[in-house]
Amino acid sequence: MNPALLLSSSTLVHLSPVDLIIIAFYFLLVLAIGLYLREQANTGEDFFMAGREMTAWVAGLAFLSANLGSLELMGWAGNAYKYGILAAHWYWIGAIPAMLFLALVMMPFYHICKTHSVPGYLKLRYGPGSQTLSSISFAFMTVLMSGINMYAMAVVMRVVLGWDIHFSIWVSSITVAVYVALGGLRSAIFNEVLQFFLIWAGALLIPILGLVEAGGWDGLKAKILTNLTEQHVANPGAYTHLWSTLGDFGNNPMGINWVGIVFGLGAVISMGYWTTDFLVVQRVLAAKDLRSAKLAPIIGAAFKMMVPFIVILPGLLGLALLRDPHTGSLLRLVPGDLAWSEAGRAQGLHSYDEVLPLMLARYCGPGLLGLGITALIAGFMSGMAGNVSAFATVWTYDIYGALINKNASDESKVRMGRWCTLIGVAVSIGTAYLVMNAQSIMDYVQALFSFFIAPLFGTVILGMLWKRATPAGGFWGLLAGIGSSVGMYAWVKVDPAAVKYVALSSQAQDQAQNMFRALWCWLICVVVTVVVSLVTKPKPDAELTNLVYALTPIPHEENVALIHRPIFWGLVVAIVFLILQIIFW
Amino acid sequence: MKSGGSLSIWFFIGVSLLVNGIIIFAAGIYELVQPPPPETQVVLFQYHASVWWGAVLALLGAFFSWQFAPSRSPQ
Repeated sequence: MNPALLLSSSTLVHLSPVDLIIIAFYFLLVLAIGLYLREQANTGEDFFMAGREMTAWVAGLAFLSANLGSLELMGWAGNAYKYGILAAHWYWIGAIPAMLFLALVMMPFYHICKTHSVPGYLKLRYGPGSQTLSSISFAFMTVLMSGINMYAMAVVMRVVLGWDIHFSIWVSSITVAVYVALGGLRSAIFNEVLQFFLIWAGALLIPILGLVEAGGWDGLKAKILTNLTEQHVANPGAYTHLWSTLGDFGNNPMGINWVGIVFGLGAVISMGYWTTDFLVVQRVLAAKDLRSAKLAPIIGAAFKMMVPFIVILPGLLGLALLRDPHTGSLLRLVPGDLAWSEAGRAQGLHSYDEVLPLMLARYCGPGLLGLGITALIAGFMSGMAGNVSAFATVWTYDIYGALINKNASDESKVRMGRWCTLIGVAVSIGTAYLVMNAQSIMDYVQALFSFFIAPLFGTVILGMLWKRATPAGGFWGLLAGIGSSVGMYAWVKVDPAAVKYVALSSQAQDQAQNMFRALWCWLICVVVTVVVSLVTKPKPDAELTNLVYALTPIPHEENVALIHRPIFWGLVVAIVFLILQIIFW
Repeated sequence: MKSGGSLSIWFFIGVSLLVNGIIIFAAGIYELVQPPPPETQVVLFQYHASVWWGAVLALLGAFFSWQFAPSRSPQ
């Protein structure tokens, strides 16, 4: 192909040879790691569980990095521009309590029962019906997520570098396919830890230099207030306050209230994602022992609390500082469908999701720009590798091994895992083309979460904490939860006025609808599970040992120094989390 | 921690930070000696972020590479 065809006519920045060297070095290094580790991925335990020998730090950083896709970086920087500091809720109350809950309450069950996957736990706890339902829905969601990630990355490449969107998709996804297929989960984890460092190295300069330019946090708030007032935006002060505007749906740019944030996001969606989404849970299942498995999510939580510094703050800085380079007037970003339409491109409009690359181009010269672009590519790859390796595991153990070939040997499972990696990438590429017309990347993902993740959390948590929950209860509860979520989504799509029933307010916007839909479908899942369980026969206690709280002997840590105990560090993270809420109230 | 081979993941990270840091530091020094025209300079160019950020990354990378070098790891 002629390289000239890969470039569009207008680009945000032009890479220098130095930048290209940095990007090329990154690609070579991740491939080298995959090649180096290929000899350590010969058994099922090695390929799918990284030998279950990761330390708390490696598992914890990979746990977080698998979630730090380019979707996360760009999408939430864009949402910070769109909704203000309210977007930080997805990093704090929408993550930290759930990560601590996973570490201190749920990890012992996952670790002690030695499951290969979350659907695998459901098989042990409820039976094959729930396993099949959750594994198929997970596989479906995973490839969609992977495609969304891929699309997000390709947009960056097009906006920033002018690279053809199709070229970006294929080059990056093939690289991920090679290193994951070669080294399995171990290779994915190693690269995720590397990518974690590169993301911080490449993205940290933006908030540092941005705050210098804006005159610190107070200067930033003042500039945002001035700019939004100039643009006649209602209640501009709400863009810099985390909780004080959540008393009513109409008081904040997100159109949500505190009930949706606390219960929909904090108690259901984030609990569902961080404790049952196998994409992230698989990383901590690879920990070498129970203490490491409990510490890993706590380490992840500590760093998760800092991520708003490189994601939310750049979005806020964009609100305060971005100006049209030609006219000097305020630059107003717009929704993606408008920016990427023919008319939008002719006017040089930029979408919300482009705020991070715009800030990158603002401060980064040759070399730094290459590292910043590498950070975004690394984010994409870590997210995609997470999706693909989780998909390969669930497909191999919970669909192929459980339904298609129940007597599959370990060798054939590894072979199937490698093929699944390649097939998962191929399906993801197809998905990327499907989501190209989505209005907002993150809103779409939130809708997906509420379809599958929220009901799954209801099923898993009841299974772990209530020994009376029966196989029939688990299956029908999960099915009712997923069905009701899809039903509510379709209802609002067909009749937008239905939002006043689903989200309790006609003023509720997309994010609020997702929160409340998740809350309702979780409640429906729990109620159906309880009711069906009470009228069906439970499993005998002997079959529930190591799977249910009342029947699992959990090792205590009396002989370990306080500073080495997960509960101590969990408490430290919780206190810092509370302090942050008060500071930005 | 090695987890799967004789090379530690931290060694790979050290090499990555060291190489990137050296390249960025060198690019920053070049811009210091031969500044680009004002119309193509990035915002806050006067702080020469490439120089100090490149140096920070290189030092961090050098430490990791040395600390977790295969020759220092217990076999």
